[in-house]
Amino acid sequence: MKTLFLKRKEPLNDTQLLMTITIAIFFIMYILAIFLLGGGFLHPQQIFDMLNDNASLIIVACGLSVVMIGGGIDISVGAVTSLVVMSCVLYLNKGGNIFVSLLIALGIGLAFGLVQGFLVSYLEIQPFIVTLAGMFFARGMTTILSVNPQKVSHEAFNDIREKRIVISWLGYTANNGARVPARIELGVVIAVVCVILVWILLKFLRLGRNIYAIGGNQQSALMLGINVKRTRFLSYIVSGLLSGIAGYVFMMHTGAGNATNAAGMEMNAIAAAIIGGTLLTGGVGNVIGTFFGTLSLTTIKKIVVSSGLNAPWWQSITTGGMLCFFILLQSVVLGRRSKKKQT
Amino acid sequence: MHEYLLTMRGIEKRFPGVLALNGVDFTLRSGEIHALMGENGAGKSTLIKVLTGVYQMDGGEIRLEGTPMVIRSPQDAQNKGISTVYQEITLCPNLTVAENIYIGRGKHPWVRQRDLEKRADEILSRLGIPARSTQLLGSCSLAVQQMVAIARAVDMNCKVLILDEPTSSLDDKEVKRLFDLMRDLKSKDVGIIFVTHFLDQVYEVSDRITVLRNGELVGEYLTEELPQIQLVSKMIGKELEELSNLGETEEKEIGKKEVFYEAKGLASSDALPFDFSIRKGEVNGFTGLLGSGRSESVRAIFGADKVTGGAVKIGGKPVKILRPVDAMKHGIGYLAEDRKRDGIIAELSVRENIILALQVMNGMFKPISRNESEAFADEYIKVLNIKTASRETPVGSLSGGNQQKVILARWLLTHPDYLILDEPTRGIDVGTKLEIQKLVLKLAEEGVSVTFISSEVEEMLRTCSRLIVMRDRHVVGELTGKDLNQTQVMKTIAGGEA
Repeated sequence: MKTLFLKRKEPLNDTQLLMTITIAIFFIMYILAIFLLGGGFLHPQQIFDMLNDNASLIIVACGLSVVMIGGGIDISVGAVTSLVVMSCVLYLNKGGNIFVSLLIALGIGLAFGLVQGFLVSYLEIQPFIVTLAGMFFARGMTTILSVNPQKVSHEAFNDIREKRIVISWLGYTANNGARVPARIELGVVIAVVCVILVWILLKFLRLGRNIYAIGGNQQSALMLGINVKRTRFLSYIVSGLLSGIAGYVFMMHTGAGNATNAAGMEMNAIAAAIIGGTLLTGGVGNVIGTFFGTLSLTTIKKIVVSSGLNAPWWQSITTGGMLCFFILLQSVVLGRRSKKKQT
Repeated sequence: MHEYLLTMRGIEKRFPGVLALNGVDFTLRSGEIHALMGENGAGKSTLIKVLTGVYQMDGGEIRLEGTPMVIRSPQDAQNKGISTVYQEITLCPNLTVAENIYIGRGKHPWVRQRDLEKRADEILSRLGIPARSTQLLGSCSLAVQQMVAIARAVDMNCKVLILDEPTSSLDDKEVKRLFDLMRDLKSKDVGIIFVTHFLDQVYEVSDRITVLRNGELVGEYLTEELPQIQLVSKMIGKELEELSNLGETEEKEIGKKEVFYEAKGLASSDALPFDFSIRKGEVNGFTGLLGSGRSESVRAIFGADKVTGGAVKIGGKPVKILRPVDAMKHGIGYLAEDRKRDGIIAELSVRENIILALQVMNGMFKPISRNESEAFADEYIKVLNIKTASRETPVGSLSGGNQQKVILARWLLTHPDYLILDEPTRGIDVGTKLEIQKLVLKLAEEGVSVTFISSEVEEMLRTCSRLIVMRDRHVVGELTGKDLNQTQVMKTIAGGEA
C-alpha cells in the first residue's frame, strides 16, 4: 500500500512540460505543413535536409542550453563557430592533417570556454558582457585570418566531407522514375551524438544536476555544498567545446570559410533553446527540447519559404513571431501552474 | 571521548564599522540541545555563519572534538560534520526532494537516481515527512521543505546540527514533530544548536541556553535553572521593568475626536467589502489569524492592491485612493508586512531609504538636497535609536529590527496624519518591539491616527483602543473598552461569542 503510494507517477515538472509542448507543437506544425503545402514535406528527405542544414546550430544550441540552465548566457557561440571554420579551412589548405584540424577546432572552443568561464565564474563579471567581448574578439580574429572566402581544397577532407549515409528505402521515386535515396550528412550523426551526450550529462552526471541547482538558486546551491564557481566554469567549457565541434560540422557542411559564417547563429541558438523550453532565468530546460526547438524554428522557416515568401525578412519576422508566441505560452502555462499550486 | 563536542573560544568578527562578535565563547556537548538566544543584532546569526564557514572569523579558535580547525566554506563545514538548516529555505525548488537531500555530497561523478530515491524515501518515512522523493521540492509546502532540509542534515550523519529559526514557518503539529525528531537525534549523540525567538519552545526542548547581547557573551545557563523572566532580562538588558508596566500606564480613552478616515464598502482585488473608520489620534488594529484578510484590508486602505469599490472620505471630504501615491498625498503612510519584499531597498544606504517616501511625495523634479537629507537621516537615526555604522551604510547589512526602524523613519519623515503598520514588530527583538510600541503611542498623543497589525494579541491589546476582528476575510467583530481582553479577542476570532 505504502510502496504503491510512493511509486505514484509524478506530474510533469516544468522542464518536462515545456519540452512536451515544444515537441507537440513541432509535430502539429509539421503535419499542418504536409496538409497545406503537401509535396516536399511528405518526403523523409525534407527532415534530413533540415538536419543536414542545421547540424551545427543544433550543437551550438545544446551548449548554450547548458549555460542557460546554469543561469548564464553565452552569445559568443556563433562567432567562435565562425573562427573555428576559418582556422580549420586555412590549416587544411596548407596541407594539414585532418586529425590535427579537429584538435584545432576543439582547442579554439576550449580556449574560449576556459577564458570566458574563468571571467564569469571566478571574477564574477556579467556573462553577457564577457561573451559579448568574446563574440567581437572571435569575429575580428576570423576577419584577420582571411577577408576573402576560402574554399577547402584538402582532398582527403573533401572525401570525408562528401560522405553521406544513404538509406534507400527512405528515399522516393523521382518524376523520371529514378530512385532517389535519402542522404544524411556525417555532421548530423555528430549532432545527434552531441545531443545524447549532453542529455546524459544533464540528467545522470553530478555536474549536470549541479548545473540545474545553481541555475535554480545559486545561494541555495552554495549552502548545499556545491562548488558554484567550478560548476559555472565547467558549463562554459561545455559550451565552448560544443562551439568548436559545431564549427567543424559547419565546415563539413559548407566546405568553405567565410568571415560572415554563422552570422547571427547565437541568436538563432538562443531562440531554439527558449522555444525548446529553456528559461532565461535558469534551472529549467532540456536538450531534447532544444533539439526540437531547433527543428521547430527550421520548419517554420521552411513553411514560410514554401508558401512563396522568399525574401529573407519573412523568415526573421516569423522567427520573431514564433519566439514571442512561445514565450507567451510558457509564461501563461507556468503562471497558471504556480497559481494552481497556491490554491 | 572529549568532554565537549564543539568549543568556540574568543570568536571575533568585524564588519565595516561594527564589531559583530567580540570575544564570544560557546561550547556544545554531544547529545544536548543548546539554545542560542539573543535579540536581533546580538550576533547569533553571525556566530552561526562563522561556524558554518559562510563568514571567516577575524579572531578566536574553533575546536571540534578537541581538534582545532578552520572552516573555509559551507561545504567544508558539511564535510566536517556540521550541518545547518536555515530559516530561509536554502534548497533548490527546481530539483526533486531526493536530489535536494543528496546534491553537493559525495565524489562519484554519476548520479544513481533510483538508488538515491530509494534511500530518500526511507529517510522521509523514518522521519515521518509527508513528501515523495520524486516530487519537485517547489511543489511541497514551506514546512515540508524545511523538514526536507533537516532530513538532509540527518542523512549526512552530522555531529553538530544547527537549526536557525526552524519553527518560524511551521504550525503547532509540525513543530511537535520537529521536536520529536530533535530529541531522537539527541539520543543519538548529535549536538544540536537551536536558534529561535519563541521562548516557550526553548523551555520545551533545550537543555542549556547561551545568551548573547550586542555581540558579547552574557552567559551559559542550564535551562531548568533559568526562569523565563530572567532569560528575557538577560537578553534585553535592564529594561525589564518597563516591559511589564507599559500597558498599565496607557490611558485608552479617545473621547470624541473628529473622524479622520472613513470607508464604506471598501473592496479590493484581494479584500472583501468592509466598513472602516478611524479618529484623529486613535490607535486601532486589525486582528485575526494569518490569512484572515487583515493585511489585505489595510492594503486596500492604502491602495496597494487594485481597489474595486467603496466610498472613502478623508476629513469628511470624499476622495479617491486607487494607488499608493494617492494615499500618500492624503497623508497616509503604510509600513508593509514583508519588509524584505515591499519595504527596504537593501542596496541603498540608510539615508537614501529614509528620504525615499518624502522624495516621492515631493515629486522627482524637486530633489531633496544632500545636506537636508543628511540632516533628516541623522535626526531619525538618533530619535529612533537606529544601530548603524553610519548613515551611508547599506540597509541590507542592518539587523531586522533596525531595518524596520529605517522604514518607520521613512514614513515619519513625511509627517503622515494616518500611519498603517502591518506587523511592524515581526521577527524583531523584545527591546525594539517595546520601542516601536512606545513610539506608536507617542504618535497617537501627537494626533496621528495609527492602524496596527500584529500576530501577537497581547501587543495589540497594549497599544490599541479598538480592535477589528476578522475571520475568513470578513469582519466578525469590533472590540472596545472592557471587551478588550485576551479571552474576548480569542473568542471572537474563534467565532464562539455567546
